[in-house]
Amino acid sequence: MTTFTSTRRVAMGLVAAAAATFATQGTAGGHGIDLEGKTVEWVIPFSETGGSAKWANFYAPLLSEALPGNPTVVVKFMPGAGSTKGANWFQEQTYEDGTLIFGSSGSTQFPYLLGDPRVRYEYNDWNVVLASGTGGVAYLPPDLAEKMDGFDASGLKDTDFIYGSQGATRLDLVPLLAWEMLGLNVEPVFGIKGRGDGRLMFERGEANIDYQTSSSFLKGVTPLVEAGTAVPMMSWGALDAEGNIVRDPTFPDMPTFKEVCEATEMCETSGEQWDAWKAFFVAGFPAQKMVFLPAGASNDAMVTYTAAFEAVKARADFAEISSGRLGKYPQMTGDEAKGALSSATQVPEAAKTFVVNWLSERYGVTLN
Amino acid sequence: MDIISVALPALGDAAGLILQPIVLGYLVLGVVMGLCVGVFPGLGGIAGLSLLLPFMFGMDPVLGLALMIGMVAVVPTSDTFASVLMGIPGSSASQATVLDGFPLAKKGEAARALSAAFASSLFGGLVGAMFLTVFILVARPIVLEFRTPELLMITIFGLSMVGILAGRVALKGIAAAGLGMMIGTIGEGDSAGELRMATYDMPYLVDGLKLVIVGLGIFAIPEIVALLRRDKSISDRSPLGGGWLSGVRDWFANIWLSVRCSIIGVIVGVIPGLGGSVVDWIAYGHSVQTTKDKSKFGSGEIRGVIGPESSNNAKEGGGLVPTLLFGIPGSGSMAIFIGAIALLGSGNIEVGPSMLKNNLDITYAIVWLLALANVVGTLICIAASGGIARLTTIPFALLAPFLFMIISFAAFQSGQDIMDLVALFAIGFLGIMMRRFDWSRPAFLIGFVLSNPAETYANQAVQIAQSRFRKSFEEGIDYIFSPIVIVLIIITLISVVLGLRQAKTIMAEGAVESGAKRAPLIFLLVALGYLAVAFTNAAMIPDYAAADRVFPRFVSGVAIVACVILLVQMMIRPETHALFADREASDVDANAHGLWSTLAWFAGLLILTSLLGFILALAIFLFCFIKYRAGRSLGFALVYTATGIAFMCAMAGLLNRDFPQGLLQSFMDLPWPLT
Repeated sequence: MTTFTSTRRVAMGLVAAAAATFATQGTAGGHGIDLEGKTVEWVIPFSETGGSAKWANFYAPLLSEALPGNPTVVVKFMPGAGSTKGANWFQEQTYEDGTLIFGSSGSTQFPYLLGDPRVRYEYNDWNVVLASGTGGVAYLPPDLAEKMDGFDASGLKDTDFIYGSQGATRLDLVPLLAWEMLGLNVEPVFGIKGRGDGRLMFERGEANIDYQTSSSFLKGVTPLVEAGTAVPMMSWGALDAEGNIVRDPTFPDMPTFKEVCEATEMCETSGEQWDAWKAFFVAGFPAQKMVFLPAGASNDAMVTYTAAFEAVKARADFAEISSGRLGKYPQMTGDEAKGALSSATQVPEAAKTFVVNWLSERYGVTLN
Repeated sequence: MDIISVALPALGDAAGLILQPIVLGYLVLGVVMGLCVGVFPGLGGIAGLSLLLPFMFGMDPVLGLALMIGMVAVVPTSDTFASVLMGIPGSSASQATVLDGFPLAKKGEAARALSAAFASSLFGGLVGAMFLTVFILVARPIVLEFRTPELLMITIFGLSMVGILAGRVALKGIAAAGLGMMIGTIGEGDSAGELRMATYDMPYLVDGLKLVIVGLGIFAIPEIVALLRRDKSISDRSPLGGGWLSGVRDWFANIWLSVRCSIIGVIVGVIPGLGGSVVDWIAYGHSVQTTKDKSKFGSGEIRGVIGPESSNNAKEGGGLVPTLLFGIPGSGSMAIFIGAIALLGSGNIEVGPSMLKNNLDITYAIVWLLALANVVGTLICIAASGGIARLTTIPFALLAPFLFMIISFAAFQSGQDIMDLVALFAIGFLGIMMRRFDWSRPAFLIGFVLSNPAETYANQAVQIAQSRFRKSFEEGIDYIFSPIVIVLIIITLISVVLGLRQAKTIMAEGAVESGAKRAPLIFLLVALGYLAVAFTNAAMIPDYAAADRVFPRFVSGVAIVACVILLVQMMIRPETHALFADREASDVDANAHGLWSTLAWFAGLLILTSLLGFILALAIFLFCFIKYRAGRSLGFALVYTATGIAFMCAMAGLLNRDFPQGLLQSFMDLPWPLT
């Protein structure tokens, strides 16, 4: 079953790549579609309270201004089963007139990558028009942060860490694997409902290690850092154009996990463990949120939406209005977005196998 | 130190937050809606708040709070209209007001009774708000020390109170709370993602049932159906009469009674589970005890109005104490309130210690709003009493389809799935049965709300404690048995013992006569059957996901034991025992319509929706109901239907929502709103 799926995914990947080439050629001569008087529905497979909602609500009015004919853009929420419900629904939709778009997130990507049996959607059927990145930061209480020798985390080896986790198969997989690679003995306490609950556990002194995505770190942890009750440990980093991990532009003063790993004796930045971590980091963070048109979208529609998001990015005030709400992360369109999509949805088979085995051995989680 | 540096500035910030025209506007809007909800008999704060829920998503927190507090605070003021003028309690918190308020109205002194009630309500509401302010100041340093074991312990305390104090038969309350908790565990477990009483073939159940649906189903639907069955034409009300000022003078002459009853209200409000339904009876009892000439009670004694009305507004302030400080709802409406706060703004406000730490200004804004809403509510009640009194003349048959339409819409907003309506109907049926057999519905709802926190706290406390114990034994013990936990354990034990002694005298929803043995027995067996299935289902969860197994197995185990003891008792006791409470027996004269024929109307709406989609089904339902059940003319029914559909479309347009689809929509494309 697994081999079959992967073969199918590779095949689909090739098709997608071919389609991408075709689409790029078409970009030059496309006519675009006019959406005047229409209503664009932007479906978000999460509830109104999550990060995806903030992201879509940020873009919706800007997109409305940038699309030809200035259609009304409404964000619709379709929460359920950790976004699997909404994504399965979107898979069944076919392209009609370009008035339906879908926003996916890291939580949609991971079950897909891990072969969750509930996943009935296929990223390669969809057409990406925007990919937004984000980052993440791990932090410690000050007494434990002192045990780090520069970037070397070896001093933390004998500490028992407790971490409030949403579940090992979610985005939390990235920090849990990273800490394990550093030789940290981190015990996840499962069952929290959002990363905010994890921060509260940290604040109460029940958890002594935590991570937050960039925007939540800026809002929730920076005050703690200023008050001296939390010290940033490392960021996950960001990807440069060649796919190397570099410092996160939002947190240029923090070492990346790669730097910490290099400085720590136990940790290696090569081998299957590192490859697996990097693959899932790339899937979860630098292209965390994406906008899709449904299967069968016309080239004209693709051109129109790509141009519209490019126009949004080109606004004189974009850097200013986006940095506060999205952080300083790449907002990718066109070929860049397609590249981000393929790196986010095509994890090497070895990395997947490693993580599936690791999840079952370490946490007893099986995905079937 | 903390008080001066943190709390007092926050109190000032909070005043700044709410003293804006737009906030006050929302407050008045909430008050007006609360007035309507309170005036129409049967709908209390729970139904009102449930209807507001879909609008709370992403709303500015202060505006949303203004709307909700406005509504919650004014219900115990406005429900007096129905109690005094019609002799029907406007909500469960003013049942005792009927005893002397209605006779006063019959004597032509309705205005006097109302104004005395309003003055008492206002005073009680302000006492409640003041108490809340002081309590937050004093308790905040302690609450900030709360960690997971403390939170778990206070949740257990809340649940034990709710179960035991819920009604005459403590075991029934425990079983009801257990049933609510088991319904709350349906779906994917939080810890290991294992399914409980659900399958992936029914994706709807995987996410569990939503609070809106359970709240509306368990409270609003049974009340609407019950009132509809009575079909009382409310036109036989008494005139208002004069004497507004004399009522206020009456209140002032009895100000110490008002003070004492307000304090009773606050204290009863603080205890989770007692809440609205008993506070008025306790205050009434106190009023009777402290009056020298007891002969006039029951035939129009003004002290019998002042006592209950002082207490039922004060209890809202008291009820907010466990709600805001610990996230333990003191009553059914507070349960919905907690759910609604989580939806406000960007969803980062969560009641409990974190709110006192990070959103102290919001916490105090709630207090200010509560005080303000009481003042505004009283003023509007007095100023518009003539018009409001006329609202009570609307026959319920005209009101019911409209309410049912809004409830269906609100339910559908939670999951945007036609299954929402099926679930609403199913839970509604359960609610009707629980009401009939006097199983505590607040206990069920609070159990449902606390199910998730209780499970999470328990799992996390165990995991963290294990890790601490590995470090050293002392550290583990220190973590689990902190001084606060020990104090809470002692309080819980004492309250359980006292509660069990007192429980027999509590008539949560008024006296219910006992009927035959058969019907209550069947209901008990069905409940027991569900619990047994849920227990087996939980027991089958494999070992690697044990964290998702322990809680449902424990809770269903306790509930099963309670049910089995009830079963044995039912076999031994005579038919007249409170165990066999059956409303069908006591209301047999009052009911003009049968249960099944009334339910069939709503089942019809459900089936039509699944065939034709919501809007078409609703049009047919509204028209037929008004034409045939309410017996109005063709023209009236057409206008009513058109108004209803227009209202629905306006709401959906405002919220950007679609309606449930039926079979028809899968065959053809229809324009909005029929899609």
